[in-house]
Amino acid sequence: MCGIVGLFLKHPRLEPQLGALTAHMLGTMGSRGPDSAGFAVYGAGVVGETKLTLRGPGGTDFIGLVTRLRETIGQASVTLHDTHAVLRLPRDSADAAADWLAENAPQIAIVGRGERMEMFKEVGLPEKVAARFGLADMRGTHAIGHTRMATESAVTINGAHPYSTGPDQCLVHNGSLSNHNAVRRNLRREGFAFATENDTEVAAGYLTWRMREGLPLGEALKASLADLDGFYTFVVGAENGFGVLRDGIACKPAVMAETADYVAFGSEYRALAGLPGAETARVWEPEPATVYFWER
Amino acid sequence: MPDIDLRVTPLRELNKMLHSIGPGSNERHWLVANPGGLHAIAAGVNAPVTIEIDGHVGYYCAGMNTQATVIVRGSAGVGVAENMMSGVVHVLGDASQAAGATGHGGLLRIDGNASSRCGISMKGIDIVVGGAVGHMSAFMAQAGNLVVFGDAGEALGDSIYEARLFVRGAVKSLGADCIEKPMRDVHKQALHDVLSRAGIEGQIDPGEFKRYGSARRLYHFNVDHAGAY
Repeated sequence: MCGIVGLFLKHPRLEPQLGALTAHMLGTMGSRGPDSAGFAVYGAGVVGETKLTLRGPGGTDFIGLVTRLRETIGQASVTLHDTHAVLRLPRDSADAAADWLAENAPQIAIVGRGERMEMFKEVGLPEKVAARFGLADMRGTHAIGHTRMATESAVTINGAHPYSTGPDQCLVHNGSLSNHNAVRRNLRREGFAFATENDTEVAAGYLTWRMREGLPLGEALKASLADLDGFYTFVVGAENGFGVLRDGIACKPAVMAETADYVAFGSEYRALAGLPGAETARVWEPEPATVYFWER
Repeated sequence: MPDIDLRVTPLRELNKMLHSIGPGSNERHWLVANPGGLHAIAAGVNAPVTIEIDGHVGYYCAGMNTQATVIVRGSAGVGVAENMMSGVVHVLGDASQAAGATGHGGLLRIDGNASSRCGISMKGIDIVVGGAVGHMSAFMAQAGNLVVFGDAGEALGDSIYEARLFVRGAVKSLGADCIEKPMRDVHKQALHDVLSRAGIEGQIDPGEFKRYGSARRLYHFNVDHAGAY
């Protein structure tokens, strides 16, 4: 099982509703993945600024933490979202902030990084996870989300999706990979560290590695058709849009809806049925082994 | 004429009502509004009634259908009319994977395209698709007719037993043990009969279709054929 949703807005008109629409889609897919949920939202970004999405244990004093961080790196602001917080700071000081956090607050994980992307994930019913983070109030151009029914590894936050694959990039996955142990071994030799035994973390690492070797995202996805064995529907979020790839057998479901206002992805049509104009949208299934991308 | 709005009436209530239609019931025409992609709408109906669903349906719509005529004014999710025994299921839009899977009888008509594995393991059902079918359609098909007005994807009829496949467009590739066969008059007549049952005979010349079926080399395991399995 597992469920995936994605929503890409073509015009600014619906941007204030992005979070509310995505939250509804995510909640609907809760029946496909009641273990945990996560999502990435691409909101407004400031050129020259980086957002670090941080996750800490319950009750983390992010305000106090950032006050201390400022003493070292200077300018930084923070927005709180339950167990997560979004830290905004000048791009040049992002690495220094990450180093400072690793040294002074090892309990804090950096789950996402980018100019626009904010990423949240938690264990629990998707509807409740979305409510805890205040997804319905978030705005932006596009978002992807995932509801998890664990098959390959334990139900933990680290096992939840999305997985970051680079700045402003993340991956969600429905399916399971059968050669993830072998791919993980190869990637470890390339210097990658893995936090879990999860197969999707390996797929994310694989894409990151391919892009580090110089392939653009679309080409990295194509390469995965040859190197990743198993069954999967991938949805990747990038700064300007999102992409979809299904394996060559395509037994994992995927349905798309497109109107003049948006392109939406759902594991099932149910996830799309609540979108404005869904009844008259063009509805179709992505072809197997074909990389799709929507950008603006 | 019962008129059910699935935003108001729970799906289980609808299916319960449909399952309890007795012989001689006067409620022979049901309208269902706002299906919203819900699963198993009108599955397991066994009564000679007509059910019109206005919108897109989720998985297994009209599954196990017996006697009923189910019309979907939209697209259908995975496994529409799976294991149908008799009656008619007519999808005006597209159908997802495994449409008509394991169907024993009756007619499944899809006006748009059907996705992969259409008619997988079909056992006597007639499936008529107005558009194209996806990869691995009629996989292990055993009996019945699959008629495709458009193209067929990869590995059509893989490991097929005795079903008849008629395709008017291009076939991307044939699966193991599936071959093209001559379209003789008797087969044109058989195709005409299927189109008659679908109510669209005379619109298209059966001679435009090619016929595919089993080469019958995989019926019994033969070590010499191991590479083909």
